[in-house]
Amino acid sequence: MSAVAVSPGFTAESFDAFIAARNEPVWLKAMRRAAWNQFREMQLPSRREEEWMRTDIRMFKLEKFAPPSEAAAVAPNLVPSPLLSAGVDLGGAMSVVNGRFQEGRLAEDLARQGVLFGSLDTLVTQHGDKLEPYFEQKLVNSSADKFAALHAALWTGGTLLYVPRGVEIAQPLHNIAALVGANATGVAPVDLSKIMVILEDGASATLLSETAGDNAAALHCGSIELFVGSGARLRYVNLQHWGSGTWHFAHQKAALGRDASLQWTIGALGSRLAKVNQHVALRGEYANAQVNGVMFTEGRQHLSYHTLQHHEQPHGTSDLLYKGALQDDSRLVWRGMIRVDKDAQKTNGYQRDDNLMLSDGARADSIPGLEIEADDVRCTHGATAGRVDEEQIFYARSRGLTRKEAIRMIVAGFFQQVFDRIELESVREALGLAIGRRIREYS
Amino acid sequence: MVGLTTKNEANSPAMAGDIKNDVLTIKNLHVSVDGKPILKGVNLTVRRGETHALMGPNGSGKSTLGYAIAGHPGYEVTDGSAELIVDGTTYNLLDLEADERARRGIFLAFQRPMSIPGVKLADFLRHATTNVRRPERKEGEELIPMREFRKELKSKMEQLRMDTEFARRYVNEGFSGGEMKRAEILQMAMLRPKFAILDETDSGLDVDAVRLASQSIAEIGGADMGIIIITHHDKLLEHNVPDFTHVMLGGRIVETGGRELAEELHGAGYDRIRAAYPDAAAEEKAMTEKKQAAAAV
Ligand SMILES: Nc1ncnc2c1ncn2[C@@H]1O[C@H](COP(=O)(O)OP(=O)(O)OP(=O)(O)O)[C@@H](O)[C@H]1O
Ligand SMILES: [Mg+2]
Repeated sequence: MSAVAVSPGFTAESFDAFIAARNEPVWLKAMRRAAWNQFREMQLPSRREEEWMRTDIRMFKLEKFAPPSEAAAVAPNLVPSPLLSAGVDLGGAMSVVNGRFQEGRLAEDLARQGVLFGSLDTLVTQHGDKLEPYFEQKLVNSSADKFAALHAALWTGGTLLYVPRGVEIAQPLHNIAALVGANATGVAPVDLSKIMVILEDGASATLLSETAGDNAAALHCGSIELFVGSGARLRYVNLQHWGSGTWHFAHQKAALGRDASLQWTIGALGSRLAKVNQHVALRGEYANAQVNGVMFTEGRQHLSYHTLQHHEQPHGTSDLLYKGALQDDSRLVWRGMIRVDKDAQKTNGYQRDDNLMLSDGARADSIPGLEIEADDVRCTHGATAGRVDEEQIFYARSRGLTRKEAIRMIVAGFFQQVFDRIELESVREALGLAIGRRIREYS
Repeated sequence: MVGLTTKNEANSPAMAGDIKNDVLTIKNLHVSVDGKPILKGVNLTVRRGETHALMGPNGSGKSTLGYAIAGHPGYEVTDGSAELIVDGTTYNLLDLEADERARRGIFLAFQRPMSIPGVKLADFLRHATTNVRRPERKEGEELIPMREFRKELKSKMEQLRMDTEFARRYVNEGFSGGEMKRAEILQMAMLRPKFAILDETDSGLDVDAVRLASQSIAEIGGADMGIIIITHHDKLLEHNVPDFTHVMLGGRIVETGGRELAEELHGAGYDRIRAAYPDAAAEEKAMTEKKQAAAAV
């Protein structure tokens, strides 16, 4: 395949060349062009904006990156092996490397039931009519910020999981996106991938998503859209494990229908800087969303998560539990909002963010918030930040554990409350191992 | 393997002599907390196989002595020495970190055990047991095989009449007072220390549980452990008849006797002691007054 010539940077020429090279439905190209125009008009976010107040991206230079090229393929041995799927009997798997689809497979029996799983880029050309209504909903709004617009204009390497009405998938599906090889090629890789999950009414599925990368400069600017139909059940795990040189900008949103249930677990370990919006919209009555977060930062990492639990209809339940551990000079920001619309009576909303400080240089900001317009609701929130208790350490040491072993155990225990909510053993183990590897000396 | 040494083996004549050479010696120990002197010259010698009762009014410094022996970094030794001789090797305890002391055979059952949320008692104890039985183990090296450990844990729990489900609970998290103390005894049973300090291990236990604890401690410790029992009651001593009873007052051991001293104090309290050692009594008074003054500020 010959490479599409692009000049560095996200230029009008590179956009035109990109569009021309794609064999996509007209409506999708129109959407891309509209987003491109928004991108051109917008400035990068600044710290004057409330959402970006605590997140400094002045070191981020957009012009150092360019749309992912077809030629960005790397040797397969550079792609890290997945963590979440170890020992799991998968119903399907796919991979994206440097923003381009690499390979994928789906179990025969699932395909026969009408399940679609694989490259969104390809599937949207084959099933455009089926997918258009979901694209039209614009769950993630391209005008949210310049990154959202850039993504909407130029996304590639998309993953689609579509499960038809009433189809229940027991085996988990897996997808991985990797940003690698820059150390060899000298070109900073870019991933503008999109994950789209559509569960029609009464369907159920589990999707394990993860990212991986090396320490070179790289950019991910992505979106996740989860459509959970009436009575549908989705378990979605999303492990952010980019390399330490990656800039990670993402808008992630789920919409739940009546009686729908979603368990959304995120692990946030990687990236140089992350700014993520994670929204859950409860759009049908009796919808139920559980959001779990496990964060572990080190070095000078900065991860900023902005969550919204939006109750639009009555009798919804949402329960968010984030737990973060911080070492070195890293920083975690969580800004959480529970919004309850006027009609959403009998809402039950909960949010909690706990942080464990493993060094003096680390800093965590937890900013919970409630916006409630209905009058018959139960909403609570909480946030804690603390250090490892020296008395706990001494207790463990008096039983023969070294200081480091004691801390390792206490930190693992700190996360256990979230792990207790995750039924998938492979996920608990992957997260536990990754966390265990991170814990260093603690003084 | 130390941990599997049975009482009979330990009692065999060939070894009995060896065990008696293992000794914990505290000399003129001065300990301060936050710069405030608490212990003011404690002397105590405990040999393996001996049972010592440590008594004294509230605030006299008993727990402080336990923490200092176990190596709590907040309890600063300002003077004196603490020496451990095991298997012919002499250790200056004050040079060892708390975990190194545990690996050499020191155990403290806490008056108020700490909870470690999210860490299962079984996992905690498997790690602890491995380290104590293999004192030279390095971080990251393998733990005792799960099956072997579970089997032993199960039998110890049955011995203590504990439900095995208990081991799946998080360390001391939400335990009742009595459950915590039982869990401390269980840990001692698994770790098989050479010297154990039991700090009010009877508090919080119901009448039957105290009797069981008393019996269990005797069975676990038997003839091969040096035990210091800190208690305000006599029930725990029923099966652990003290060879020595020490009375602490104002940060010092002021009197040492046999079992009859413990019996006397349980009956008559500390009036005679305070009258007989007016200096220590004055120290005690000063310590409590200072505390009240500090509280008032
Ligand atoms: N960590 C500490 N911080 C401040 N003061 C302490 C600390 N530990 C001990 N003390 C003080 O030292 C004195 C002795 O306390 P200790 O706990 O050793 O007494 P005790 O003999 O065990 O009493 P009790 O019978 O009530 O358990 C008390 O005045 C106590 O308040
Ligand atoms: Mg005490």
